[in-house]
Amino acid sequence: MKKFSSLLHNLILTPSRNTKIKLLQDYFKKLDINSAYALAILSDQLSFQFIKASKLRELVYEHVDQHLFDFSYDYVGDLAETISLIWPTKKEGKSQSLSTLIENINKIKKSEINTEFSKILSQLSNNERWTLIKMCTGGLRIGVSERLVKTALADLYNKSINEIEEIWHGLKFPYENLFQWLRNEIPKPKIDFKKLFHPMMLANPIDEEKDFKRLNASEFQAEYKWDGIRVQLMVSSKSVSLYSRTGDNISSAFPEIIENTKGDAVIDGELLVGTNFKPSNFNDLQQRLNRKKASKDLQEKFPVFIRAYDILFYNGKDLRKLFLFERRMYLEKFLKENITNQIDLSSIIKFSTWKELTKYKNNFNDHLNEGVMIKLKNSQYLPGRKKGYWYKWKKNPKLVDAILMYAQRGHGKRSSYYSDFTFGVWKKNELVPIGKAYSGYTDKELLILDKFIRNNTTNKFGPVREVKKEIILEVAFDDVFPSNRHKSGVAMRFPRIHRIRWDKPINEVVSIEEFKKEFKIG
Amino acid sequence: MDFINHQLFIKDINVHIDPILPKKTAIITHGHADHARFGHEHVIATRQTIDIMKIRYGDKCAKKFTPLRYGQKYSIKNYDFTLHPAGHILGSAQVLIEKNNHRLVITGDYKVGKDETCKNFKLLKCDTLITEATFGLPIFQHPDSKDEIQKLIRSVKINKHNCHIVGAYALGKAQRVMNLLRQQNYNETIYIHGSLEKLCKYYSKEKINIGKFEKVSSKDKNFYEGKIIIAPPSALKDRWSRRFPNPIICMASGWMTVKQRAKQQGIELPLVISDHSDWNELLDTIKKSKAKNILITHGQEDALVYYCKKQNLISKPLSIQGRSDEEME
Repeated sequence: MKKFSSLLHNLILTPSRNTKIKLLQDYFKKLDINSAYALAILSDQLSFQFIKASKLRELVYEHVDQHLFDFSYDYVGDLAETISLIWPTKKEGKSQSLSTLIENINKIKKSEINTEFSKILSQLSNNERWTLIKMCTGGLRIGVSERLVKTALADLYNKSINEIEEIWHGLKFPYENLFQWLRNEIPKPKIDFKKLFHPMMLANPIDEEKDFKRLNASEFQAEYKWDGIRVQLMVSSKSVSLYSRTGDNISSAFPEIIENTKGDAVIDGELLVGTNFKPSNFNDLQQRLNRKKASKDLQEKFPVFIRAYDILFYNGKDLRKLFLFERRMYLEKFLKENITNQIDLSSIIKFSTWKELTKYKNNFNDHLNEGVMIKLKNSQYLPGRKKGYWYKWKKNPKLVDAILMYAQRGHGKRSSYYSDFTFGVWKKNELVPIGKAYSGYTDKELLILDKFIRNNTTNKFGPVREVKKEIILEVAFDDVFPSNRHKSGVAMRFPRIHRIRWDKPINEVVSIEEFKKEFKIG
Repeated sequence: MDFINHQLFIKDINVHIDPILPKKTAIITHGHADHARFGHEHVIATRQTIDIMKIRYGDKCAKKFTPLRYGQKYSIKNYDFTLHPAGHILGSAQVLIEKNNHRLVITGDYKVGKDETCKNFKLLKCDTLITEATFGLPIFQHPDSKDEIQKLIRSVKINKHNCHIVGAYALGKAQRVMNLLRQQNYNETIYIHGSLEKLCKYYSKEKINIGKFEKVSSKDKNFYEGKIIIAPPSALKDRWSRRFPNPIICMASGWMTVKQRAKQQGIELPLVISDHSDWNELLDTIKKSKAKNILITHGQEDALVYYCKKQNLISKPLSIQGRSDEEME
């Protein structure tokens, strides 16, 4: 437990991805029952039946004056940390291993939970106590994604991350097959994939100069790149479930899809908001995201559907080893057999040269797609971001010149730089902010901006500095939508600093009205 | 106790304790900037506090200085003042005021635990206790500073190609960290931010063992690999820190108890080393002082007031203006 709790402690405090990977690798050098528990905890697969946040509060009130606890919780703002620090009786006992501790907790009878669990809390150090409470409440929030854990394991044991991704969702505690495979004692575990999320095939950005010279247009198929969220829909006679790109089950948030889909297949597609298969903008989709459930009202206001790109299984048959053009036939067949208002087919763009495709990339109905996808017709369905099969070709970004208004320090590596910039355009004689960007600039530009901000601060609001209105930034962005959350009435999608416009005087920057007109915002 | 008001002002004889604005007579508990200010007419303090004020603000920061030894009596009318060790930083003092058999103690900032960089705290029995409450919440239970400094030494040993920059307040904390390192037999030169130099020299002159130190200079970047550098917290996030190779950012402070605080401030190696009493020490001091009347100044006073009332002690918070909490320690 000591080892695991100091791992979490170090993970939460280090900002560097590489250091995190190194810490994880140090921990997972040994693959035993303790590392199996650790893996379950890091991927949020472990929970204790009787001990949840409410039980922990009840326990702490038995041992600590309620007011003193509340004062402290107010100050700390994190339940696990407050309890771990305030816990009064500390008779640090003999250090137990992670597995012994968890097994002991699982043995506790429900009727004895209060006394027995208190005893355990008292025997731990502050940091161990914090770790255990985090384990009980779930959701570690230590800045470590599942992907990072997999990356660490892959690098450490000379496996490819894709191989791990492929079997990940079929693995279960205590991960014996995974560990044996990592140690090269057995071949890669065989998993019954039928009911599991299948890692998705992803695309690489195209390099216009190199790739178009190299690639033969006739070997590729093009589709629009829709601006929704990538999903995997699993349909069988028994159940229907919907997964996000990361393999989270998001079925409960989209009941209309679950209720209205029939057949037996695994479909790869894009979840979009819209009626009659007419997608509306990403802003509307956001109303449906990050919700556990969707009310009837919400379903009516923002109806969703899936635009199908690909099919992985059909009537129990694994199609992933087939080529894309073959899978496409199955996909069309499936959709003909199971017509619903919830799924339609992503159409194929006809083109014969790359040049011809350019106009589809840039000139298709403004707000609805982000560009085109270019897929090798002879591509199997390969998990991860393999090179040479699928490419994405994004629209040219939109550009606007705006005036730097405020700046804030960055995070992690950039915490000593003013690297987050808010910029705006004119509204009569005033400036109104239209967006915030923290990327896109070169290191040299960042130094210049940082220096300018330090020397030209006119006002401070907490961490935010207002600066002299002198610098014009050319901002690139993917799209812009109407928004009533912002004073300017617009919300940008993925704005970044393209360059600094030293040549332009600030009175030549557009007004918000002109900006809205140019980008067709009502 | 009615003779002193909530601003620690004794109107009867026109004496202030740690006033924020320039006053006629000021008794200063210690040299930190939120207690010792520039421009009083007459400053009464320990010799070391007066030295520190002169280092920070210049020789003419007050018109007249009266240095007092610990325990040496100074009387104005029927008020007898004595200063007693507070264990906070070099020269820090509690103020005992005796008037008509009533004993009133103003602790100033104090620490009960051991510290080689200053005289250790002396417990005073009194009728009225005015105590600080910087760490007045039960979550603050400071660990042994030896163990904390060992964390730093261990990290330096393991991460040979990094340098460790330790954020520590320029007066007191910085020198304490240096002294703790020496106690644990860390004998390398310690590198310091320029703003620490005068005070470190003063500590050395006062025979506090802080060992060999050197101001950071514009040496080759790699020179600082494996070294410990001490800097005021404000420098950690400034351009100053960019010159070092793969710095590991550390901070020596009682606030580092709370992981979330450390994380928010981008601290990778938090060291819980405090110059204030923790919750249990505050309670213990209150109890052992036998005071019936407890006034609580800057910090987390709510919890402490609540606790005292539960113990049937007369207790209320004193709100003294101009004191910041987390910035200073």
